[in-house]
Amino acid sequence: MAAPAVLRILTALVLAPLLLGVINRVKAIFAGRQGRRLSQPYRDLFKLARKGAVYSRTTTWIFKAAPVVSLAAILAVLVLVPLGPGGPALSFTGDFILAVYLLALARAAVVLGALDTGSSFEGMGASREAAFSALAEPALFLCFLVLAASTHGLTLGVLLRGAALSSTAPELALAPIALFIVLLAENSRIPVDDPNTHLELTMIHEVMILDHSGPDLAFIEYGAAVKLWIFCAVLTGAVLPPLTGDPWLDFALAVAGVFACAACVGVVESVMARLRLPRVPKLLALACACATIALILTLWR
Amino acid sequence: MNVAALFEPLMIALILTNLALLVTSRTGVLIRLIAAQGAILAFAPLFPSSNLPVHLALLCLAVFAIKAVAFPYLLSRTLRRIDADPLIEPYLGANLSAAAGIGGLLFSLWLEHRLPVPPGLFAPLLFPAALTTIFTGLILVVTRKNALTQVIGYLAAENGIFLFGAPLSRQGSVWLELSILLDVFVGVFVMGIAIHHINKTFESIDVDRFCTLRD
Amino acid sequence: MLLLLLLIPLASAALALAIAADTPRRLILTLAAAAHLALTVAAFAAPPAAALGGLLDLDPLGHLFLAATSLLFLAASVYAVGYLRAEGKGQRRDFQEGAAFSNAPERIFTACLLVFLAAMTLVACTRNLGALWVGVEGTTLASAPLIYFHRHRRSLEATWKYLLICSVGIALALLGNILLSVAFYDPAAASTSMNLTDLAARAHVAQAPWLKAAFICILVGYGVKMGLAPMHNWLPDAHSQSPSLVSALLSGALLNCAFLGILRAHQICVLTGLEAFSQELLTIFGLISMATAAAFIVGQGDYKRLLAYSSVEHMGLLALSVGVGGGAVFGGMLHLLGHSLTKGMLFLVSGNILALYRTRSCHDTRGMARAMPITAALWTAGFLAIAGSPPFGLFVSEFSVLSAMIRQGHTAIACATLTSLAVIFVGMSVPVLRMVQGPRPPAVTGEAREDFFAVAPPLALCALVLMLGLYLPESLIVILTRAAGVVVKGL
Repeated sequence: MAAPAVLRILTALVLAPLLLGVINRVKAIFAGRQGRRLSQPYRDLFKLARKGAVYSRTTTWIFKAAPVVSLAAILAVLVLVPLGPGGPALSFTGDFILAVYLLALARAAVVLGALDTGSSFEGMGASREAAFSALAEPALFLCFLVLAASTHGLTLGVLLRGAALSSTAPELALAPIALFIVLLAENSRIPVDDPNTHLELTMIHEVMILDHSGPDLAFIEYGAAVKLWIFCAVLTGAVLPPLTGDPWLDFALAVAGVFACAACVGVVESVMARLRLPRVPKLLALACACATIALILTLWR
Repeated sequence: MNVAALFEPLMIALILTNLALLVTSRTGVLIRLIAAQGAILAFAPLFPSSNLPVHLALLCLAVFAIKAVAFPYLLSRTLRRIDADPLIEPYLGANLSAAAGIGGLLFSLWLEHRLPVPPGLFAPLLFPAALTTIFTGLILVVTRKNALTQVIGYLAAENGIFLFGAPLSRQGSVWLELSILLDVFVGVFVMGIAIHHINKTFESIDVDRFCTLRD
Repeated sequence: MLLLLLLIPLASAALALAIAADTPRRLILTLAAAAHLALTVAAFAAPPAAALGGLLDLDPLGHLFLAATSLLFLAASVYAVGYLRAEGKGQRRDFQEGAAFSNAPERIFTACLLVFLAAMTLVACTRNLGALWVGVEGTTLASAPLIYFHRHRRSLEATWKYLLICSVGIALALLGNILLSVAFYDPAAASTSMNLTDLAARAHVAQAPWLKAAFICILVGYGVKMGLAPMHNWLPDAHSQSPSLVSALLSGALLNCAFLGILRAHQICVLTGLEAFSQELLTIFGLISMATAAAFIVGQGDYKRLLAYSSVEHMGLLALSVGVGGGAVFGGMLHLLGHSLTKGMLFLVSGNILALYRTRSCHDTRGMARAMPITAALWTAGFLAIAGSPPFGLFVSEFSVLSAMIRQGHTAIACATLTSLAVIFVGMSVPVLRMVQGPRPPAVTGEAREDFFAVAPPLALCALVLMLGLYLPESLIVILTRAAGVVVKGL
């Protein structure tokens, strides 16, 4: 018997902040530090949730709605994304399009909230976020198309059955590479954005949420963690097929894969420097190019 | 292990090095990429069958020594000596170059579909990979202002042509091998000398400074 | 004997490198050229046997090209004696930019000239496409240092363009040759020889689509080197910056060699029944070249570039003559010979002009008739010859090409050709005649160099071109007819 869908969603909800902890720990190991506790992201979230929110007088309801809409959209995506064998909780033809656009909705909400403050810093961050995600989205779609072309399926449940490892076609290895770049860009990781920076001029994602506080900030941070989980799950699904045949073991493997992705992100963050802003579009174009080549070769076969 | 199964990943790796050549703007990285291409090409004559005549084995060794070791070494020595600007902005940006390269890949796949390929001559993906490499080389030659990059582009085009000739070498047409060595001789020695003179005379290898001769 | 043709220049090149004294080296250059010409002429009397296992094999078509090359090389080498003596050694002022520069060492220059001759000989003396390709490649290698004889910025720029553009072109030609092997691929066949005769024997297995692709690559590849528009960009630069005798060789001999490469591919097309395809492409490139040349010649302010664009025009006409086919090919072969001699002569004369006026501008060069009468007369005669006026040889050849076009019903092509020719005539006559007439500019001082070495070679070439126009010897007609027969029939 496969792990029930509810269990999978619950796993994601519970373990998502732990991904941030893992990334942090990997970076700490590389830097030779001890690092924060793995549970630190949970503590931060609880701390923020307990506090009250402060709202600027210049903001409107959009600013208050943004965190809620964003988190809701991301949680909705969680329902569509499979993990391990057994498929997602909800599945229909073309559901990956809905997933991508729900993520876009979440981003749009945050961007609108940032613009609503009227602060020039946040406006700058919002414009960067919008620009880069506009470049990341085609790459993401192209990756899905590659998977669709090779698996002949149009639902996430079919697409994410580990085509890269289960097929003999070497070009399918390009799709996970492109997906990984998209993952880094969409989740504001190095080399696109530095989540730890405190210099407003260089930030992208962090600068947009400077004015949020208390539970609102907790919503956004938690939403970001779940989004990271979703991307890691998609990447795992694209690479890792059900290996053992035992549903529970495969599910455990998939969860391990998600954490392995997070560890990879940590490694990348440790060994790379942040790119200059004008070079970020080049990186995303490279992801698009990789995905396009994979698509061309998949269709050629 | 089936040898032919290894050929496709090799060709895809070649296509990827082409893509990387098109998006990279640092000359040092370009030299390393062209070395990687040379290493990949050294294995190309081994396919599709696994039996290996002696002359072919020697050819592979020679190609590896020349394309993957000697030329990159010479090029990087030139790069160090002339103390060139590592970054010279190209006429055509990285993104457009990559798009052009992908266009070339599409075109070559279409062409392969159109031309009646003699059965058993070309291994799968060889034709498009070779043609894409030629396109990449030509794009580099045409759209870059750096004399060294143009030479690298020329070498890439040569690599593509070599790949085309590789399946024919099994039938014993020695000309292809000879001619390729000769052509590479142009690429590195003559052009290397010319680059040296250009750098000495213009104090740069930016060919954009070539602007006196025009109508 | 064919081997000897190849070895004479190579051995003299080695000798030229070894000898330190200037005068004997110049003598060797001239002697090698004379011996080469003597052997070439002797080969007309007794057709030489194939050498090196069929690799070297002189057919009538190659022989014609060899003769044109050899003749021009002798004239250029005699001219070189006086030229190199006048050039001297050490640093000099560049008259255009004022920067100091020196020349390349004379022994390297001489050796490269001889290797250049050897490479062109190889191109003409082989019917193996691989050897032909190696020969064309060799001409690039040998001629690049020749263009960079005056070591200043502009010649370096020209050399780089020449090297890069021609190398890419030759790489394309190599691709064409490989595609040709694919077209003739036959798993059962024992030999993969690229000899024309062997390919003719296997014409039935050839695959038309691959042949077409191969011809396009070879046409574009060698077309770059031949200077067909729109691949001619290197040509005006290289011709205007190299020493005049090198320009003469580039224009009169090197372009022909590239054309021979295209003709060989055309022969294969004829053998495999794809004649119409190759002729159509040749016609298109020929017309584009003539139109481009006409556009750039009008208002051209640099007389060496003027001559270079005129070469583009004549290469276009050559391609056109083969493209039209039939009777036009005979005219084309005559035109090839006439153009080599005339253009060689004009470039040699331009060297004399440059030596006195120290400028390549048509506007600053005035009063040649008073300052250097013999050169001025040769310059005018050369202009009349190259523009195709009677009584020179190019009139006869152009007339026969045009009449063949009209006879075969290509009236539109003939009209386009005539229009280009007329525009070029007017465009060239204005600067050329202005250079000859008028007062001598006061700034131009010094004595004109009109000694034996400077005047005799162009004078001899001019006499030959005149002879081609007035009287075609029976033996020459036979040679030209047989060469044209090779192009038309394929073998």
